[in-house]
Amino acid sequence: MADVSMAPQASAANPSDVAIQPPPRDRKLRETIFRYGLLVALSAGLVVLAVILYDVIVRQDGFSTLFQTGFFSNNASSVARDSGIYPALVGTLWLMLVCILFIVPIGVATAVYLEEYADRTRWYNRFIELNIQNLAGVPSIIYGILGLAFLVRGPLSLGRVVLAVGLTLGLLVLPVVIIAGREALRAVPPSIREGSMALGATQWQTIWKQVLPAAIPGIATGTILALSRAIGETAPLILIGAAAFATDPATGFLSNFQALPLQIFQWISNAQKEQFAPLAAAAIIVLMAILLAMNAVAIWLRNKYQQRW
Amino acid sequence: MLDEVADKATKAAGAATGGRVGQRPGVDMSGVRDPGEQDRSSKKGRTVKTENIFELQDVSVFYGEQKAVDSVSMEIQRNQITALIGPSGCGKSTLIRCLNRMNDLIPTARVDGKVIYHEQDLYGKEIDPVEVRKRIGMVFQKPNPFPKSIFDNVAFGPRILGMDNVEDRVKHALERAALWDEVKGRMDSNAYGMSGGQQQRLCIARAIAVDPDVILMDEPCSALDPISTGKIEDLMMQLKEDYSIVIVTHNMQQAARVSDRTAFLIVELSAGEKERWGQLVEYDETDKIFTNPSDKRTEDYVTGKVG
Repeated sequence: MADVSMAPQASAANPSDVAIQPPPRDRKLRETIFRYGLLVALSAGLVVLAVILYDVIVRQDGFSTLFQTGFFSNNASSVARDSGIYPALVGTLWLMLVCILFIVPIGVATAVYLEEYADRTRWYNRFIELNIQNLAGVPSIIYGILGLAFLVRGPLSLGRVVLAVGLTLGLLVLPVVIIAGREALRAVPPSIREGSMALGATQWQTIWKQVLPAAIPGIATGTILALSRAIGETAPLILIGAAAFATDPATGFLSNFQALPLQIFQWISNAQKEQFAPLAAAAIIVLMAILLAMNAVAIWLRNKYQQRW
Repeated sequence: MLDEVADKATKAAGAATGGRVGQRPGVDMSGVRDPGEQDRSSKKGRTVKTENIFELQDVSVFYGEQKAVDSVSMEIQRNQITALIGPSGCGKSTLIRCLNRMNDLIPTARVDGKVIYHEQDLYGKEIDPVEVRKRIGMVFQKPNPFPKSIFDNVAFGPRILGMDNVEDRVKHALERAALWDEVKGRMDSNAYGMSGGQQQRLCIARAIAVDPDVILMDEPCSALDPISTGKIEDLMMQLKEDYSIVIVTHNMQQAARVSDRTAFLIVELSAGEKERWGQLVEYDETDKIFTNPSDKRTEDYVTGKVG
């Protein structure tokens, strides 16, 4: 850089005799404009978040509703001041459990196959890869239709239960887990695999004892981010049948349930909107806090276990 | 980082390593070295029971349609250090990887010809490459410790092979690799906290821990400074009592210092220079290769006229 800006002087005299000049004004200006342009782009996202927080906390009085008696421990009720999010919280936790049990083994196994075993010269492997990438971009309502048709009704006929909806959400975020898992596996350098194989380890031993442990932080981070997307999803839940959801907390995989995003949706669309809006706002704060906490854990995991090769 | 350090060290200690390739090594080769080292190199010619550990018969290697090594035949002897030297792209790394079937890990690689080891063709149908690699260990160009503790790095091999007395094996291997005294107090710390030279000795210890027959080394010192290089060379001289060692090296002085026999490979170009592959030019006692080679091309290379 310095060389370029000093080039004109250099031709006039010996460069070492000339004092280093301040940069030209227009360059400084351009750099300033560019930097502030980037800041504006960054603030767009933050402004949206700030507006939501303002709306939820101040206008809808969500923050003080958090401290309303029984907000965390009561079931939903037709009377606003007796209502709570307890069943919704429990239901969301159940959904997360089903999701984790489904997406971790399936997602990691798929990622391992695609990264470590699949022969990319075969058309079917490339076809699978392409499809997984496409699936990550399919709208969530489509997954809702799938869940409704195949899990809730149709072949499996599980009904509107934790298992069926958890699996639907799992399918929705599975591509995210697979893609994150593949990236984590790819970040493990080939030299680790070679070192292991050269000691007489089989490919399976190499993957199970060297590659996967080294990739766990990346896989965990990807899984948490996928889960946080899953628990915020509303469209598939609505599609599967909002009306039939329970007001009692879920007790098992095959139990009816309530979930946070759905509870929020129901309170907002309630006929007595004025009374229920603060409840919805408070539930939004809870949901947002859960999401932020999960993302924080993901970041912490990534920083703590990040391996510099 | 490491390269930078190594580079500085090389510059500082240029004379100690015998200078770099191309700086009239011809002079260097023919006896300006200290008498002790001369002594060692003449001794190593005699100590050997000449028993073959490998016998390569017309070994050619292809990557897809591309030929990488053309029809190499040579015999590698037990309890010796055999060096493979030659310019970049001459296929010496490809060739050494044939000896423990590491080429199998590259989907497009194909090996023709025979590699006879204990009267068996390593590329025979009934041979399991995993079994081959248990007996023939490998140390790589860049130190590649596992992201685990020092102990677990060395213990990995014995554990997966179901060996007993893992702790004793680890200690013994680290002692053989001249690393024990440096690490005995911190066996539980991560191997990535070690210096590059220590990491490479750890990789050698890791290879020794499974008690192999042969240790292959693919440019093991190219990422190390001269002091670490010296330590590894000393180590190799000791290890050849128990193991057969094959080493690929870019550093001709290193080949001259440590090896008993040296193979020189070159890059051969097809008409029109569309294809290039490696070919064995000469294989002989190291002293002969460096002082009185039979082939003009070997002489040009070892005296620094080409390459």
